[in-house]
Amino acid sequence: MKDAVLNNAQEQWDIILEPKNSFFKLNLREVWRYRDLMWLFVRRDFVAQYKQTILGPVWHIIQPLLTTLIFLFLFGTVAKIGTDGIEPTLFYMSGIAIWNYFAACLTSTSSTFVTNASIFGKVYFPRLVIPFSVVISNIIRFGIQFGLLLMFMIGFAFKGVPMVITFYWLYIPLLVLLMAGIGFGLGIIISSLTTKYRDMALLLTFAVQLGMYITPIAYPLSFLATKKYEWLVTVNPLSPIVEAFRYCLFGHATVSIGGLLYSIIFMIFVVVLGMLIFNKVEKDFMDTV
Amino acid sequence: MSNIVIEVNNISKQYRLGQIGTGSLAHDINRWWYRIRGKDDPYMKIGEENERITKGNSEYVWALQNVDFKVEHGKVMGIIGRNGAGKSTLLKILSRTTAPTKGDVKIKGRVASLLEVGTGFHPELTGRENIFLNGAILGMTKNEIKTKFDDIVSFAGVERYIDTPVKRYSSGMYVRLAFSVAAHLEPEILIVDEVLAVGDAEFQKKCLGKMKDVSSNEGRTILFVSHNMTAIKNLCDTVLYMRNGKVVEVGPTNNVINNYLSHYVNSSLRQAFADPAEAPGNELVKIKRIEVCPQLESELNPITVNTAIDVEIEFWNYLDGKQINLSLHLYTIAQECVFNVGTPALNLSKGLHKGVCKIPANLLNDGIYSVSLMVVADKSYPLYNYENAVSFEVQENRDASGWHGKWPGFVRPNLEFNLE
Repeated sequence: MKDAVLNNAQEQWDIILEPKNSFFKLNLREVWRYRDLMWLFVRRDFVAQYKQTILGPVWHIIQPLLTTLIFLFLFGTVAKIGTDGIEPTLFYMSGIAIWNYFAACLTSTSSTFVTNASIFGKVYFPRLVIPFSVVISNIIRFGIQFGLLLMFMIGFAFKGVPMVITFYWLYIPLLVLLMAGIGFGLGIIISSLTTKYRDMALLLTFAVQLGMYITPIAYPLSFLATKKYEWLVTVNPLSPIVEAFRYCLFGHATVSIGGLLYSIIFMIFVVVLGMLIFNKVEKDFMDTV
Repeated sequence: MSNIVIEVNNISKQYRLGQIGTGSLAHDINRWWYRIRGKDDPYMKIGEENERITKGNSEYVWALQNVDFKVEHGKVMGIIGRNGAGKSTLLKILSRTTAPTKGDVKIKGRVASLLEVGTGFHPELTGRENIFLNGAILGMTKNEIKTKFDDIVSFAGVERYIDTPVKRYSSGMYVRLAFSVAAHLEPEILIVDEVLAVGDAEFQKKCLGKMKDVSSNEGRTILFVSHNMTAIKNLCDTVLYMRNGKVVEVGPTNNVINNYLSHYVNSSLRQAFADPAEAPGNELVKIKRIEVCPQLESELNPITVNTAIDVEIEFWNYLDGKQINLSLHLYTIAQECVFNVGTPALNLSKGLHKGVCKIPANLLNDGIYSVSLMVVADKSYPLYNYENAVSFEVQENRDASGWHGKWPGFVRPNLEFNLE
């Protein structure tokens, strides 16, 4: 039976290895075949991180709580920046949750080749599996932080801050997807560009830190309405997503269809560009990494 | 109606030596500039044969050059050659961890490669979790692993520890578990690098048995790299012999192995260089001569287990005021170290010096050995390491009575052993 198949499929090769990948051969079907591996990587990332800790996943809650406290003090008490009429704790917490998700997607996908070189050097599997698994395992972390936010919203509802659940909540997964897409796209572009020359990777930690300040995380976009550097924040494709996220949750924020469309186009652009570059590099990056 | 599952068409692989930095950036820019003008890569034309012991003139070497062969369905092909012959580079290309610089490879069916056991094992995860993770990395689906899980665990013999993190495993258990996962893969083509060098003798036997099983009963194609000629003889239908990145010979196992061994031995009882410029070494020391001198009555007699052997070494020393000593490693053909001996350290003047290592008769077992020489300064740091400098074969010399099997052991010393 097997021989018959082979004979029929004369000169039907399953794999052809050539010096260079053609630019547009993405092979997403192969990534799909390795979906089990993707889930196992997600599991590994999640489980291995908290082995031999007592608090385990609780650590996901402590970090955003502390950051929120710092923001409350710095931006609320000291700098006295308003929060669009949103309860400050909830305002900061929501911003931190979505920003953390973006930053985690970006920084961990951007080191795909360098951190996994030892595995990549020994076995072949579609390299895209790793950045995909990173984005997914970070969604779980985002979920935990989002749950924390919901608990606080419920808590504040008892203290008289109304919690309004509208059909806008249904857009939240879409916004998270946008955030993931931009983080993923930029991340794999950086990881592909840094296999040979590492300079960009060093720049990244710095850029992520600065990025938070030109995204309306610790202040609302409306706060900048009259300032002359407003353009710096509006040009940032992440700003409309953060504002829309807050609009969905609290009903207050500066959202425009144009802004969101801009973010969507930007995401599609970086994802497509990222996958093309990644595809080009993945074949023989081992020689230079 | 071809029965060929792997077709390697004239592949070559070029590597750049040295560090990546501003120097490589200049080359990259130059390469890009040539490409824009529609010209060929200027660095493709240069590059030298991969001969590691002589210092080359080019920054580029060809780890593989015009390698071309075919493998039929269900066959086991062995790949042999000395260290640095390009075997591992070839396997890397076939297992898709890197791409060839020129040429192409066509493959039918699923490929699984075992270049290392335990790839992707995470020390914090338990044996059970790692079986799933490693299996998936090697290309199995979750369901496949589930159905084979019990077999994997019992083959490895680690039932008791399966829910313990693998960082608590002994190294033997770790390796057995890792190999066991790999052994239960079901690809059409299996690529195996020297993984059998791990584990105890019993486990090695089990692994060889498993591989034989896989090829003869399940009709899978196997490519197998090893320095272990016995394993190659037992397992392989054909053998590919490589040297300095080129294919020397492909053919039936016994013929190729014999040619390889005679090559390995005859060409290399003596390495001598009259001119320091050509001699192996560096600015600190250069090896003038290293020679295996069997103490035989006639040069025509073979070296046997009863022959005493002198290894003579001459080298130029360019250092002053250092304690210098020589260190000699003797390896079997499977690259296992039989012994390491050193001279006392002396404060040598600049110039030519000589050393002799006397290997007594009735010490070595029969087999093929290679000698590596290291020149060491201040008893601590190596100045130069000349790997596989010379090699020789020790032949059997038993009376025609009694038992004829292969004498076991690395050494065959003539110890006093009396019965009363």
